[in-house]
Amino acid sequence: MPTLTYRDALNQALREEMARDDRVFLMGEEVGLYQGAYKVSRGLLDEFGPMRVVDTPITELGFAGVGVGAAMTGLRPVIEFMTWNFALLAIDQLVNGAAKLRYMSGGQVAVPIVFRGPGGAALQLAAQHSQAFESYYAHVPGLKVVAPATPADAKGLLKAAIRDDDPVVFIEGEMLYNTKGEVPEGEVVTPIGRADVKRAGGDVTLVCHSKTVGTCLRAAEQLAEQGIQAEVLDLRTIRPLDVAAILASVEKTHRCVVAEEGWPFAGVGAQVVDEIQRAIFDELDAPVLRVTGADVPMPYNRHLEKLAKVDAAKVVAAARKVLYLE
Amino acid sequence: MATKVVMEALSPTMEEGRLVEWKKREGDPVAQGDVLAEVETDKAVMELVARADGVLLKHAVAEGTTVPVGALVAVIGAAGEDVSALLGGAAPAGAAGNGAPAPAGVAPAAATAAAPAPPPVAAEPVAAAAGRLKASPLARRLATEQGIDLRLVRGTGPEGRIVQRDVEQAVATGTAALGAAAAATAAPVSLPLPAAPGGFTEVPLTPMRKAIAKRLTASLGPIPTFYLTAEADMERVAEAREALNASVAPGEAKVSFNDIIVKAVALALRQHPACNAWWTETAIRQWHDVHIGMAVAIDDGLITPVIRSAHAKPLARIAAEARDLAARARARKLAPEEYTGSTFSISNLGIFDIDDFTAVINPPEAAILAVGRIAAKPVARDGAVVVRRMLRLTLSCDHRVIDGATGAQFLRTVTQMLANPLAML
Repeated sequence: MPTLTYRDALNQALREEMARDDRVFLMGEEVGLYQGAYKVSRGLLDEFGPMRVVDTPITELGFAGVGVGAAMTGLRPVIEFMTWNFALLAIDQLVNGAAKLRYMSGGQVAVPIVFRGPGGAALQLAAQHSQAFESYYAHVPGLKVVAPATPADAKGLLKAAIRDDDPVVFIEGEMLYNTKGEVPEGEVVTPIGRADVKRAGGDVTLVCHSKTVGTCLRAAEQLAEQGIQAEVLDLRTIRPLDVAAILASVEKTHRCVVAEEGWPFAGVGAQVVDEIQRAIFDELDAPVLRVTGADVPMPYNRHLEKLAKVDAAKVVAAARKVLYLE
Repeated sequence: MATKVVMEALSPTMEEGRLVEWKKREGDPVAQGDVLAEVETDKAVMELVARADGVLLKHAVAEGTTVPVGALVAVIGAAGEDVSALLGGAAPAGAAGNGAPAPAGVAPAAATAAAPAPPPVAAEPVAAAAGRLKASPLARRLATEQGIDLRLVRGTGPEGRIVQRDVEQAVATGTAALGAAAAATAAPVSLPLPAAPGGFTEVPLTPMRKAIAKRLTASLGPIPTFYLTAEADMERVAEAREALNASVAPGEAKVSFNDIIVKAVALALRQHPACNAWWTETAIRQWHDVHIGMAVAIDDGLITPVIRSAHAKPLARIAAEARDLAARARARKLAPEEYTGSTFSISNLGIFDIDDFTAVINPPEAAILAVGRIAAKPVARDGAVVVRRMLRLTLSCDHRVIDGATGAQFLRTVTQMLANPLAML
C-alpha cells in the first residue's frame, strides 16, 4: 500500500472524483494558478482546466453562495476555504442556504456541495486564526460534518463527501497536511457517519477526532507503559455521530475521556457525554471527562499557546483520573 | 444530653423503612416505649418507639420519606437543647453509644427461639448510613448482580465513592454479601426495556413490592425448579368438613377446605421430611417441625403468615389461627415472627376459580404447593363414570433438595390423605 501525505491523499481524492464525474468542480481562493494555499489542489488546473478549477476573489460569502447556486442547479461543487477561520464570513450561505434548502423547498432542491479547508490551531497564528469550528456546524440540522485524522480517511471520506447528495462540511487538520500514512489504491470510499477504532484497549475509551487522534494515540502509548490499555476511538464524522460505536466501546471499558481541539462550552465532547450518560448510565464507573482547548482566545505567546492546547499529558491525566489512579 | 432516634430494623430483612406518620410532634414530651412514628417496612407497618425520655426536639425526616436502617430520623433531648450538631450528620451510622437499640431484628426474632430465624448479617456497615451512599453507576449494577451490600463496602474513589474495583474486591474476599438467600443468587440477566407504543402509568415501588421482587427473582433465577401435578378426590373431605362444621359452636371458626389441606400437607411432610427442608449454602436443613407458610393476598402485595407446628395442632386450632393471621395480614399488623421461619409454603388460588397453577418457591424453602379450585368432574371409578369433587395440586420443587421421586411420593401421600381423611387421624 503506498504511503502518502494527508495533503496528497486529499489531492488524489479530488483528482479521482473530478475524473469520474464532470459535474464536480473546485472553487476558492488560490486553488488554481497558485495550486492551493496548502497545495491540496496541486496539478488540478493543468489537468482539468479553468472551467473546473476556479480562482475566486477574496469574497468568502460570494463564492460560497455561487457554490450553493451551482449545486442547486445540478453541479457538484467543492468549495475550498483557505481556512475555516475565514469561512465565518460565509457562514450564512452554509447555515441559511445549503443546510436548509432541501427542507424549505419541500424536497425539490438538493444541495450536493462540499465545503472544505483546514481547521484548528497551527503554531502562533494567534486568536483569529487558531480555531476549531466543528461544533458550530454540527449544531445545524441539514449539515454533515466530517473531520478525518489520517491520510486514508482523508481520501476515503472526501470521496464520500463529494458523492453525497447533501451539503458536507469537511474540516481538514491544518497540522495534519504533512503527516504520512498508508492509503489504499483505487476506489476506496469511506462511509460518512462511522467512527473507527484506531487502537483497541479495554481499560478506558479515548474519544477523539482530527488532530486529537494523534494526541490520543500518543497518550495511549504512555498509558500502556503504565499498564493501562486505552481504546482510541476516532469519530471521523461529527454529524451524524456514530453513537453506537461510542456506546459499544464505553460498555466495554466503563470509563471515557473525550478530547477535542475546540472550546469546552457546547463542544463536540458535550454531545458525546450526553449520549453516553443517557444510554448507558449503569455502565459508567466514573464521570466522563473532557480534554479541550482552553476556554480563551488562543494566545499568541508561544508558552501560553502550548498551555491552552490539548496534549497527550492532559489526556493521560484525565484517563488516570477516570481510572481512579490519582 | 440529646439522644438520636434512628430507623430501626423492624423486620429481619428490612433494609430501609418509609416513615408513614409521626405520632409525636416536635416539642411533644416522650417517655421510653412511647410510639414515635409508624414505619412501613418491607413486610408491614410497624411502630417506632422511643428509647429515651425527654422532649421530641426535631424530626429529621418528613412523613413519606424512605430512609435506610440506621439513618437518623429524630432527636430526643431536654427542652431547648441545641441539637444542630447532631443533625449535622457528622456522626456515624447506627448512633452506637447513644443507647440506640440493637440493630437487625434482634429483639423480635429472638422472641421465638424455637422458630427458625433467618441467617444474620455478619458485617457491620462501614458506610455512614446518615449520609447518602456514594457509588458509581457501574458499582451499583455490579453490587446488585453479585449480591453485594454496598453499605458494607469501603469506597476508594473521591469522597469515599464506591467504584468497580471496590465491589470486585468485596466479591473476591467474600465480604459484604447480602443475606444467605441473596448470596445464593447468581447474577440475574437484565434485559433492556423494549420500546412499546402508547402511554403508561408508573406505579412506585413500595418496600413490600421491592421485597417481593427480590425474593421471587432470588427464586426463579438460580433455583432449578420442577413441577409435579396430581389430582385429589375431595368427596370425603367435603363430607368430613360438613360433619365437622355441623357441630362447631357458635362464634368458633368453621373449618375450611384450606385448613384441611394445611393439616394434610403438614402430616404428609412429617412422613417425608426431605420435603420439609431448606437449602443453605452448606447443607440441606430438614426441619423436624412443620411450619406452614400460607400465602395471603393483601391490597398491594402478598405475605405468608406462618402456622407453626401445624402437624401437631388440631384442625379447629389451625382454622382459628389461619383466620386470625389472614385478617391481621390484610390489616398489615403482623409481627415479624409471624411471617418468617416457615419450612414449607402453600398458595391457594382456588377461590379465584383457578384449576391449577405453579407457585414460585419462597427461598430458602425447598418446595411450595399450589392449590387450585375444587370442581365437580366426571371421573372413572370401578369402570363407571361418576361425578366427584376433584382438586388439582401442583408441587414446585427445588431440585437441589428434592428429586422427582421424592416429591412424587410426598404428593401422593397428600392426595391419599385427602381422598381418605380418616388416614389423618
